[in-house]
Amino acid sequence: MGNLNLILPEIFISLSIMFLLILGVFKKDSSKITFNLSLLTILITSIITINETFSVNRETLFNGSFIIDQMSSLMKIITLIGGFLVLVISSSYLKTFKIYNIEYPILILSSILGMMVMISSNDLIVFYMGLELQSLALYVLATYNRDQLKSSEAGLKYFVLSALSSGLLLYGCSLVYGFSGSTNYDIISNKLNSDEYVLTFGIVFILVGLAFKISAVPFHMWAPDVYEGSPTTVTLFFTIVPKIAALTVFIRFLYVPFLNLIDQWQMIIVFLSIASMIFGAVAAIGQTNIKRLIAYSSISHIGYTLAGLATATNEGIQSSIIYISIYVVMNLAFFSCLLMLKRKDQYYENIDDLSGLSKNHPLLSLCLLLILFSLAGIPPLAGFFAKFYVFKAVLEQSMYFLAIVGLLSTVVAAFYYLRIIKIIYFDKEKDKYDTDHSLWLKFSLTVSTVLILFYFIFPSQLIEVVSRINII
Amino acid sequence: MNFPILSSLILLPIVGALFLFFTKDKNGNILTAKYVALFTTIVNFLISIYLWISFDQSTSSFQFIEDRTWIEGLINYKVGIDGISILFIILTTFITPLCIISVNNSVKNRLRDFLIAILIMESFMIGVFCALDLVVFYLFFEAGLIPMFLIIGIWGGARRVYSAFKFFLYTLLGSVLMLVAIISIYWITGTTDVVKLYEIGIDVKYQNLLWLAFFSSFAVKTPMWPVHTWLPDAHVEAPTAGSVLLAAILLKMAGYGFIRFSLGLFPVASETFTPLIYVLSVIAIIFTSLIALMQEDMKKLIAYSSVAHMGFVTLGIFTLQQQGIEGSIIQMISHGLVSAALFLTVGVVYDRMHSRLISTYGGLVSVIPKYSILFMIFALASLGLPGTSGFIGEFLILMGAFKDNFLVAVVASLGVILGAAYMLWLYKRVVFGKLINEDLKKIVDLNRSEYFILSCLAAPILFYGFYPDPLINTIEVSVTDLIDMHKTNLASK
Repeated sequence: MGNLNLILPEIFISLSIMFLLILGVFKKDSSKITFNLSLLTILITSIITINETFSVNRETLFNGSFIIDQMSSLMKIITLIGGFLVLVISSSYLKTFKIYNIEYPILILSSILGMMVMISSNDLIVFYMGLELQSLALYVLATYNRDQLKSSEAGLKYFVLSALSSGLLLYGCSLVYGFSGSTNYDIISNKLNSDEYVLTFGIVFILVGLAFKISAVPFHMWAPDVYEGSPTTVTLFFTIVPKIAALTVFIRFLYVPFLNLIDQWQMIIVFLSIASMIFGAVAAIGQTNIKRLIAYSSISHIGYTLAGLATATNEGIQSSIIYISIYVVMNLAFFSCLLMLKRKDQYYENIDDLSGLSKNHPLLSLCLLLILFSLAGIPPLAGFFAKFYVFKAVLEQSMYFLAIVGLLSTVVAAFYYLRIIKIIYFDKEKDKYDTDHSLWLKFSLTVSTVLILFYFIFPSQLIEVVSRINII
Repeated sequence: MNFPILSSLILLPIVGALFLFFTKDKNGNILTAKYVALFTTIVNFLISIYLWISFDQSTSSFQFIEDRTWIEGLINYKVGIDGISILFIILTTFITPLCIISVNNSVKNRLRDFLIAILIMESFMIGVFCALDLVVFYLFFEAGLIPMFLIIGIWGGARRVYSAFKFFLYTLLGSVLMLVAIISIYWITGTTDVVKLYEIGIDVKYQNLLWLAFFSSFAVKTPMWPVHTWLPDAHVEAPTAGSVLLAAILLKMAGYGFIRFSLGLFPVASETFTPLIYVLSVIAIIFTSLIALMQEDMKKLIAYSSVAHMGFVTLGIFTLQQQGIEGSIIQMISHGLVSAALFLTVGVVYDRMHSRLISTYGGLVSVIPKYSILFMIFALASLGLPGTSGFIGEFLILMGAFKDNFLVAVVASLGVILGAAYMLWLYKRVVFGKLINEDLKKIVDLNRSEYFILSCLAAPILFYGFYPDPLINTIEVSVTDLIDMHKTNLASK
């Protein structure tokens, strides 16, 4: 156990959670200090992660059930940064709804811990443990605004459907275990061969469970309702952080234990990808609530991410990771704008509420304009490059159908992004919104918008970091 | 490495736009904002003139090349110009300041934002004509959608939303296939550098599909029949300056793309698909001329005439004759000047009467003679009267066409007659006849800035009509070499 410091980030974050819980119980009015300490925890954890694991190429712990490699450290850092920014821009929203309690940061920390375990898992049981830890925290987070009916409904819906998918996942895991005799990915990878047809069922069950977690079509039904009902900051958390973890698990499942069975799963991934891209684009058109719209938009973005995975190449995996990183930035920027739509202690989340925003809030509208064009994938904004890398990887494998369907659905998707821009810029103005936003909110909006706008000047940096990830 | 003159040409408008962005948008500042924008674009124009002067006309190789690694091992930021692209760059830098002078009356609110959009548009358009890497080209080509969408949508007329969406989605739909083609070219040949691709060539078995993918994008942008329907809508609803940019420069991107990429990269496929282009071009010439005859809205009429003129351009390009291609380039430049001028003349009376309907007018000649004379010059240039630049272009195109395919040339020539018909009829209905509408009596003639803009446009139209040599000399070597390269490519495969 010489290299226990490889899991120092996880150890540190779990100790902090326990400490914060105790602090919260014994100290009165401790919400503010819990918030700040949690932020500090995430910061320190990221520093430890960078320090201890970033240079590690590939190491396993605990009989190979826990893996530290380039992908896991990168994804952990993205998760931590995402979690940090979500937490930091949540406070004024929570205060408005009088739910500024100690549980919120602690739940976020626990779900982050769960995700970090998921990201590093190299064993079915470790993976499942991490998954359940993050899911349980997320159920509670969804219902966090418990005075609102919609929030409770969202949490319950999420709980029931998520439990179902976890069941499917477990069933798939048990089948895989039955055929391979081990829960360790590396051993499974050596033992499995494609002759056993029942094994395909195991893979399908696992993929269904994972597709549910990242809300890929046709397992997306929960996403719009849950996104709409949850408090906005929690929705932001849902749209970015768990997706990173689930994507990592997806990559690891497909490319470590099941790599030999590529013929069995490649078509499934292609189908999930195409269905998500098209459905996400088409279904978003009729939406009136921004959070629902973002739910559908994130479904279609997940479709593009899966397109990269379907290629079964390192370039494909790298392009998916680049895509999800840029997607995280774009979503963060978009939700920062959404959190700014506040007037007299009330938040607005219908598309019509954006009407004529450009007259009273020119800067905010400009940011939204850039973000939306980026989400639509129009050059020279970051969103274009995300798509460019994915389609580059897809076309390398001559998967023309996937590429053309994907690009055509960007045209459909462009329609609903344009519709929001139209409402912001072309329609009649409404009342002014408040302008006294917290510094952190402005900070996160500025930074993410600048990243989106100027990504094209230095595109190589991100590629360089990601190109060290070689799974196959 | 010399001074990066092309990059500064691309970047300068953006710097100007940034400068405007940080000035406050108050009423008193409007004039300042305009002067800043004007100053930027005029400096840009002077740089481009300097570029033309120092341009070496005796070689067809690319000049002023800048080549920087942009994405390691994937894309280079590569720009450079040859005889074909330099004319389009000068057209762009020439038209943009005139646009900015013209925004006096038509754009009332948010003038500063409007100028920013135009400046950004200018730099993207210059980028398109300089790009020597397919991905860089695509980037500029697509990025231009954003400012144009906003120009039509924010400052446009009554049906602006519909038109802006139609414009954006049509063009985007066409372009995504081009992106697939560009990435495929990268995987087939290992590079997206146009100069290298000219040397390597692309395997014949891929050419047809790739050509079609590029065609889908350029056909929408040109626009060719039957995907031209976005153009009349966009023109009618866009503010005058927007229409001018759209007609004068944006449409030329596609013609330029046909010459630079379709002919240069896919010689075999270009040969194969020539009949398709001929048929579509001839339909565009005849059919949209007939539609133009029926229009009651002046802007719409000019928009349809643009489609017809671009039909001549595509026809000329795919004749693959020296005269045809040279004619197409001159026709594009000429159409850039003439259509800009025509939209501005419509803008002049629209600002005064707030009507674009032909029936509102009539008998203008007795109230505003200066306007009527300039309008006449532009109308005649549009129909291709000898002595105007329009004639040179159409004449060369038809000459090339006669060499290649007699029937097509004959039918296209009929289009010239139709063109004369709708332009003269328009002019007759607007300028001559009895002055019936009482309001017209109070209409004032051109003010100084309008007079200046229209004279600026009339001068090159007449000058190059009589003396086209400067244009032809600039493009001649490049076109000759393009055709030679095309022929050797055909022969070797």
